[in-house]
Amino acid sequence: MYTAASIAIFITMGLALIRALLGPSVYDRVLAVNMFGTKTVLLLSVVAFLYGRPDFLDLALAYALINFIGVLAVLQFFENRQELATDADEDSGNRQKSNATGTEPAAEKSPR
Amino acid sequence: MTALSTLLLLSGSAFVLIGGIGLLRMPNLYTRLHAASLTDTLGTLLILAGIIIQAGFTLAAIKLAAIALFLMLTGPTATYALANAALLSGTIPNARRLDLPPK
Repeated sequence: MYTAASIAIFITMGLALIRALLGPSVYDRVLAVNMFGTKTVLLLSVVAFLYGRPDFLDLALAYALINFIGVLAVLQFFENRQELATDADEDSGNRQKSNATGTEPAAEKSPR
Repeated sequence: MTALSTLLLLSGSAFVLIGGIGLLRMPNLYTRLHAASLTDTLGTLLILAGIIIQAGFTLAAIKLAAIALFLMLTGPTATYALANAALLSGTIPNARRLDLPPK
């Protein structure tokens, strides 16, 4: 029973890896990697009971935390990168705007 | 009790497998997202509930419940962030049926 569940999870991890290698866009790969991480957490908690070692549950909990934070960080990275790639022609306007907002707090701080 | 646990584990494994097949075979990013996210949440909950029934009232059951709660919070959040990032970067969801010939 545990063996059947772990075999199903292994097959799903293989399918997610195939999608991560095939995926046409970056977001397909991120989705496949997210699913791979979730299935890793499931596999750790099944294997902990398959081999009778409940210490693996701590590893599963830590891996769930790391996986979530990692996926959010990668998504933030690619979102910023996409914005930089599409706003390359409006670079001078953005730079002037950022200079204006950057100098305002300094001007406010200097009288204090 | 063991029969209920076996039923939960096998149905959870079936959902996980269906999610993997859908992730590989769906034609579009958003359909892949749909196939992956829903089966992910349900299959995870079913498998962890089956293991919790097998564990009984121990510390391992509390850890498994914590894992299930955390995955139930973070799975839809990660899916939402992924769909939001894909939509903001210009991936248009098209509702056209793919088995019809294009106009």
